[in-house]
Amino acid sequence: MHHTIVIGLETHVQLLTKSKLFCGCVNRFNPENPNTQTCPVCLGLPGSLPVMNREAFLLSVKTGLALNCDISQFTKWDRKQYYYPDLPKAYQISQYDLPFSHDGFLEAEVEGQGVKRVGIIRAHLEEDAGKNMHDETGGGRDSHVDLNRCGTPLLEIVTEPDLRSAAEAKAYLDELKLLLNYLGVSDCNMQEGSLRCDANINLHIHGDDGSKIATPIVEVKNLNSFRGVEQAIDYEANRQLEIYEETGRKLGDPGVHKETRGWDANRSVTFGQRSKEEASDYRYLPDPDLVPITLTADEIDEIRQALCEFPADRRRRFSEAFELSAYDVSVIVNQGAEFANYFETVAAECGDGKQAANWCTQDVQRELNERSVAIGEFPIGAVALGTLLAKVVANEITTKSAREVFAELLESEAIEPTAALAQIDQIIEERGLAIVSDTGELEGVVETVLAGNQKIADDFRSGKQGAIGPLIGQVMREVKGADAKVVRQMLIEKIGK
Amino acid sequence: MSIVGSTTEELLGQLASGDVSCVELTSAYLDQIAARDPEVQAFLRYDRDDALRQAERIDAKRQSGQPLGKLAGLPVAVKDNMCTKGQPTTCASRMLEDFVPPYDAHVVTRLKEADAVLMGRANLDEFAMGSSTENSAFQVTRNPHNAEFAPGGSSGGSAAAVGAGMTPLALGSDTGGSIRQPASFCGVVGMKPTYGRVSRYGLVAFASSLDQIGPLAGDVTGTARLLEVIAGHDARDSTCVDLPVPEYTQSLNEPLSGLTIGIAAEHFAEGLDPEVESTVRSALDVYTSLGATVKEISLPHSRYAVATYYVVAPCEASSNLARYDGVHYGFRAESFENMIDMYATTRGEGFGDEVKRRIMVGTYALSAGYYDAYYLKALKVRRLIREDFDRAFADVDVIASPVTPTPAFKIGSLVDDPLAMYLQDLYTLSANLAGIPGISIPAGTSSGGLPIGLQLLAPAFEEERLLRAARMFEQESE
Repeated sequence: MHHTIVIGLETHVQLLTKSKLFCGCVNRFNPENPNTQTCPVCLGLPGSLPVMNREAFLLSVKTGLALNCDISQFTKWDRKQYYYPDLPKAYQISQYDLPFSHDGFLEAEVEGQGVKRVGIIRAHLEEDAGKNMHDETGGGRDSHVDLNRCGTPLLEIVTEPDLRSAAEAKAYLDELKLLLNYLGVSDCNMQEGSLRCDANINLHIHGDDGSKIATPIVEVKNLNSFRGVEQAIDYEANRQLEIYEETGRKLGDPGVHKETRGWDANRSVTFGQRSKEEASDYRYLPDPDLVPITLTADEIDEIRQALCEFPADRRRRFSEAFELSAYDVSVIVNQGAEFANYFETVAAECGDGKQAANWCTQDVQRELNERSVAIGEFPIGAVALGTLLAKVVANEITTKSAREVFAELLESEAIEPTAALAQIDQIIEERGLAIVSDTGELEGVVETVLAGNQKIADDFRSGKQGAIGPLIGQVMREVKGADAKVVRQMLIEKIGK
Repeated sequence: MSIVGSTTEELLGQLASGDVSCVELTSAYLDQIAARDPEVQAFLRYDRDDALRQAERIDAKRQSGQPLGKLAGLPVAVKDNMCTKGQPTTCASRMLEDFVPPYDAHVVTRLKEADAVLMGRANLDEFAMGSSTENSAFQVTRNPHNAEFAPGGSSGGSAAAVGAGMTPLALGSDTGGSIRQPASFCGVVGMKPTYGRVSRYGLVAFASSLDQIGPLAGDVTGTARLLEVIAGHDARDSTCVDLPVPEYTQSLNEPLSGLTIGIAAEHFAEGLDPEVESTVRSALDVYTSLGATVKEISLPHSRYAVATYYVVAPCEASSNLARYDGVHYGFRAESFENMIDMYATTRGEGFGDEVKRRIMVGTYALSAGYYDAYYLKALKVRRLIREDFDRAFADVDVIASPVTPTPAFKIGSLVDDPLAMYLQDLYTLSANLAGIPGISIPAGTSSGGLPIGLQLLAPAFEEERLLRAARMFEQESE
């Protein structure tokens, strides 16, 4: 007997729009000033009416296309009705039977396993609710409601039950998050709740006789970290196996319903909430205040044409164009679109992908980590770094000198690209870092050094190859930026004369 | 010439010529309210000082030669389900007794821009649910022609206020006849525009796909003038259509030549009061004498209109009224055990019986397992009703019918019989289901001295045709 874990994920992603989904209120995380980003519409005041934010809808369609979904030419809004203090209309405007997109997939690289294709059942757009806050100081009697988040656009992406392990779920979420970053659709900040996840989990138990039994499906709600998703999956798999071995209860047995469980991140366990049997009847109703949305095939095509390059395509292109290893490419592309763009500019400027990759993944990355900043706030612009590396590639300065310039640029915090370019030349000039391969300039120095070191020259002549090392060093101390190869060549020639 | 009882055009003429100031005019109506409203009870609230202050501002504007709006100086009563910034908007419900909106409904903004004088807030059936204005949580409005009789509803306060000469103009809302039926009972003109002609922004929703704000006035011209002001696109209502608004008052007096009027057998069936029937038939004779042709049409699905309406409207109402839960604003019960109990107690105490009845019907019909049988089926029949009208309007320009099966009924006579009350709207609510415009104009008087109205219906966005047709009849009966 062995078993497979079967997982489907529902991910809620807050869209990065300027305003909320159905009103003009600003869409911004702002828990410090509760109920300041509200208006009659998102407060659900009597007589107020929603008007769809077209930007949010187009962002969603972009995402649907990026998830390889079919985009519906006719889609509508429905009211999902339930009572809760953070839902001032007592219904959430969502999409029920006609979501704007359906039947897509996302491919994710699973470590040690290769590419996994995860089916997407549907992606639909809805408004977020507010947030209830319970003040425990008054014995839990005081509850507050913050409606700043109420009405922010939320994209719900539902996968097929295609995932088979915590690692696959993690790989899917990583790739989804990256894709949303490339699309500029969401910042996926889990601390701020802009990406939230529910996982549907059960086991398929395969008997030695070829039989297959499914355990009851459990939905683990409100997982707010990828680590939590992984842990919850593993926890549930063990728990469900134990229960099955104890009770033999399986999906389809009378009285067996889908169970909803919560996730306790502190104790790393799931806990029972309610069974679907007691679940609310949402009494979905097409929203009569909003008109259905129609898109022509041409409009969908237009959005498709304007889509950015997706991470997978970019990985492929980088590895071909810059002759990089799969590992290097992933490290660069997985950092996010801005980082990958940075790399691409550096590589284009210096004309050497490998050089650019080394610098970006090592020198630049180290600084970003130390400073805890994103690439957008990095003081050395991509053009500046590319220009600097071009000098290494053209053998105008050494890699060691380039690091010196890099360090000084970092200290000067040059932001202006043109200023940075001028500064690079200035630093090279001031420190005399330019490689001197002009034999005329070197000749005198080489002769002087030889003249003062006849003994060493004789040793070399008599076959002691290593004797030349100190001579090279001496020349190079005199002429900073001298090309060691050229110096060596000159010394050998002169000694031989 | 007396002010009260004059038509809106006469009043505008007097104001323009300087024969009367807006303050004088407003005072005259306020005096009429003081005289008549203790009996009629049309106004939930009015503020004499506030009305006069508005009037002074308009007079000052006129004196300084500033451009004035289309309603400059005319009082307008507003049904108390249209939000007015800083003033209570109660929907005649305990639930919103203390609710003060922080914003103006689109129509209220339009009235202010047109330099109207906002006279006060007209009574209604709670949340516009009813046909007699008896469902108001605060007071029972009486028919200005006979105080023992109902003014109709739900815009009973608006219709009674105009009928009693307490205001020349009023705004009502019509979800299933709620402007036309009280207009008919009170002997005034009332119109439900095409769905989407007037923005619903700020109208407290009852049934969103049916609700429409419309004008009431003593005559067709006043109705046209008020519609001209409130109609037109508003980006805050997604269902409000962006079509130009004709100047209805300009073309109003041109008779429609070659007018073809449709009459449907379904509108003259069992249950129709003989006096009402003869009034409508005489009106048709008037039209014939003016050169119109009367043609029989069929609206075969109209017999399902009441059933369809009483699924669609309660379903939407149950959803629209769910927000009154005591959490964020409005009434909250004083004592309760826990959160769920707070919702239940608040809603149990805050809503009246008719509102609760409809919320329960709607909640039931939308529940899992019933949706297809009720709501979805009702939507399908609704489409058939609309198609009936499409077919009919291929042959006729307007459709004429009774407004209600009977003249006004006595207060209290139908309150215990919801079904009989619902049948009041038999002839009117098809227009809401189909989204087409309809108008009720006074056509006669019953032997008991109560007004009887004539209803005219036109295709969507043909308000101009409807008003001109109505005006033809009105001119003839002057």
